[in-house]
Amino acid sequence: MHLVYPTVLAALLFSIGVYGVLARRNAVLVLMSIEIMLNAVNINLIAFNAWIQDTLLAGQIFALFVIAVAAAEVGVGLAIVLLIYRTRESIDIDTLNELGDSASPARSTAARAAGPAEARVR
Amino acid sequence: MSLAQAAPGYADVTAQEVIFLLMGLAAVGSAVLVVTTKNVVHAALWLVVTLASVAGSYLMLTAEFVAWVQVLIYIGSIVVLLLFGIMLTKAPIGGTAGLDSENRVAAGVVATALGATLVTLVIDAFRHAYIDLEDFEAAGAEATGRSIFQSWVLPFEVVSVLLLAALIGSIVLSRRDEEGR
Repeated sequence: MHLVYPTVLAALLFSIGVYGVLARRNAVLVLMSIEIMLNAVNINLIAFNAWIQDTLLAGQIFALFVIAVAAAEVGVGLAIVLLIYRTRESIDIDTLNELGDSASPARSTAARAAGPAEARVR
Repeated sequence: MSLAQAAPGYADVTAQEVIFLLMGLAAVGSAVLVVTTKNVVHAALWLVVTLASVAGSYLMLTAEFVAWVQVLIYIGSIVVLLLFGIMLTKAPIGGTAGLDSENRVAAGVVATALGATLVTLVIDAFRHAYIDLEDFEAAGAEATGRSIFQSWVLPFEVVSVLLLAALIGSIVLSRRDEEGR
């Protein structure tokens, strides 16, 4: 089998996962997109393992480890999502901007122009 | 070593390549549906199709044990966990328009640029590379198991500790305290 086929498949799946992570606003859907990206990496690992004919099978073992770490990641990630849902009643990632700067640049520049006293009140 | 051999041309297609390409087509198509569908539960179910197709492509690349682990862990437990997450966060089950954020155009541009760059790079780099699957028949479940328990014992045990830590961590995160915190 030509090495191009699995690597191109992995590249396509990875960019689809990147689109999902960036474009989705439901946190569970973002986790699904991360799973797609991890699967793309696994395809690469297994394809290169078969290509270099590794006697230690490092690629396959690494893929198994990636699957185990993905299981751990989904468990902890869903627990965090549930916690966010419990405190915020929403898992919309776009509204979870408490730690960020103000979303609209006009408002933040206005607040900066108003001086530190008003910013403290705000 | 297969690296030095002259690779067959792209015109003479083997059966494994045909099956792999069909699996890849199914994987890419269902992955696109996962990231674009308007229904959260449908996204999880399309993710099952993606993961199953990826497992099939592992089989075509001689990694049969990884393929079955993929079926067991990803389809068997991770998708079920995601469905539980959908259920517990009371996501709207029917089709909803609010699943995509406003920056989906920018996300599409970024993903297209990334995909085009990666595909161009990969085709340019590995155009002449050929996986000699005939010589690599030894990589069944027996070889994988022997490799895990001979060469990779310590990382394997460390992964079990990691899973335990993740289990305890998710229990601690998601339980309700008695004080009603």
